Amino acid sequence: MWYLVHKWTSLVCTLFLLLLCLTGLPLIFSDEINRMNGGTLQFGMPGVGSSSNAPGLLPLDIMMAKALAVRAGEVPLFMAFDNDQPSMTVTTGPTPDAPGSDMTTQILDRSTGKLLSKEDKGGIMDFLLKLHTDLFLGLPGMLFLGAMGLLFTAALASGVVLYAPFMRKLAFGTLRTSRSTRLKWLDYHNLLGIVALAWMTVVGVTGVINTLEKPINTLWQRNELAAMTREYAGKDALPPSRYGSLDKAMAAARKALPGNNPQFIGFPGGNFSSKHHYAVFFQGDTPLTERLLTPALVDAETGAFTTARSMPWYNKALSLSRPLHFGDYGGLPLKILWAVLDLFTIVVLATGLYLWLGKRRASSAAHVREVETGGIVVPAG
Amino acid sequence: MTLRRRSRQSLGSIFAAPLAIAMLSIFALVAALTGDGWRDALSWVGLAVPILTIAWALRPA
Repeated sequence: MWYLVHKWTSLVCTLFLLLLCLTGLPLIFSDEINRMNGGTLQFGMPGVGSSSNAPGLLPLDIMMAKALAVRAGEVPLFMAFDNDQPSMTVTTGPTPDAPGSDMTTQILDRSTGKLLSKEDKGGIMDFLLKLHTDLFLGLPGMLFLGAMGLLFTAALASGVVLYAPFMRKLAFGTLRTSRSTRLKWLDYHNLLGIVALAWMTVVGVTGVINTLEKPINTLWQRNELAAMTREYAGKDALPPSRYGSLDKAMAAARKALPGNNPQFIGFPGGNFSSKHHYAVFFQGDTPLTERLLTPALVDAETGAFTTARSMPWYNKALSLSRPLHFGDYGGLPLKILWAVLDLFTIVVLATGLYLWLGKRRASSAAHVREVETGGIVVPAG
Repeated sequence: MTLRRRSRQSLGSIFAAPLAIAMLSIFALVAALTGDGWRDALSWVGLAVPILTIAWALRPA
């Protein structure tokens, strides 16, 4: 029974998982690769985070005006900050609810006001990321890959169950490399699978959670955000011409959540705010809570603080799933370990496929016997 | 190899090493999430264990 679960869950997801592992491998190092391509950026005040309110950093209104001057006729959608450098991004689009494909993101230096670069769309890394996230199919593609991830976790669980009878008479770490090719790959499959199990499970499950990003965000907008802005429910959307000062809004938000720094501002009408608010998303003040955001809503016209509320559990789960999936939270050594474990996973997937292809015509009973005897009986079929 | 002649192992002994490796991995993954500096170093050590296990299994007999 578990043999059949392992066989079918694996068969359905293996090719997609191989694609995910192969595209994911360069994506682990996307920061490093992008830095290599873009060269090192020169900042006016290196080491001063644009998310701080350090003296010398330019007002947000000036930064926004500079960004909009480059994109005539567009409206602001997002403004995002960096904790380590004065670089920041401004995203604009033709309308407040413009889809991602119509958005333009500029990277600016908040200490000099200079445009550093435009976010590269259509580069090789962007291509790999799209392929990895949604196969270029948008939300259905994302959810489909999420389903593949679920099958992968089922394959991992059933694989662990099969590991027990297989190893009954074998010592941990056994690799019988000199008998037959099939036995060799069977041992590799089992050993690599069991040592990388925890990592594969964590990256698999957090990957599945990441595919739910859009539904999670919609849920937050419908429940939490709607409750936070109930007084505004009947009002017409605020037109961009009446947007007030960002610096005034930021000051009001900082006063409400002192000691914390903003990660980004969602503008009215977008997926991260109401139709009337600047939503300033603050990071927590410890390394762990840094990723758990608290939105402070400020009336975009008057600059008056409306309310702030920490994100619900489903958004928190999403926030913590990102680093645990990307492996970008513990320096370059962690990324290298991530890459090696990704290679292990590729070998597990490839050997699994090989083991199935090699004895496809053998009966299930024969396969079960192979598992139960630790691979000693290799039946003819 | 004499491994084939081992008597049947209990579930406990089959899963002792895998469980230890899994716990170390989880611990490592969480450690780096809770801070930088030595917590990162701890995660490198913990997550190197599965990889070193393979190196150990590949040692010449």
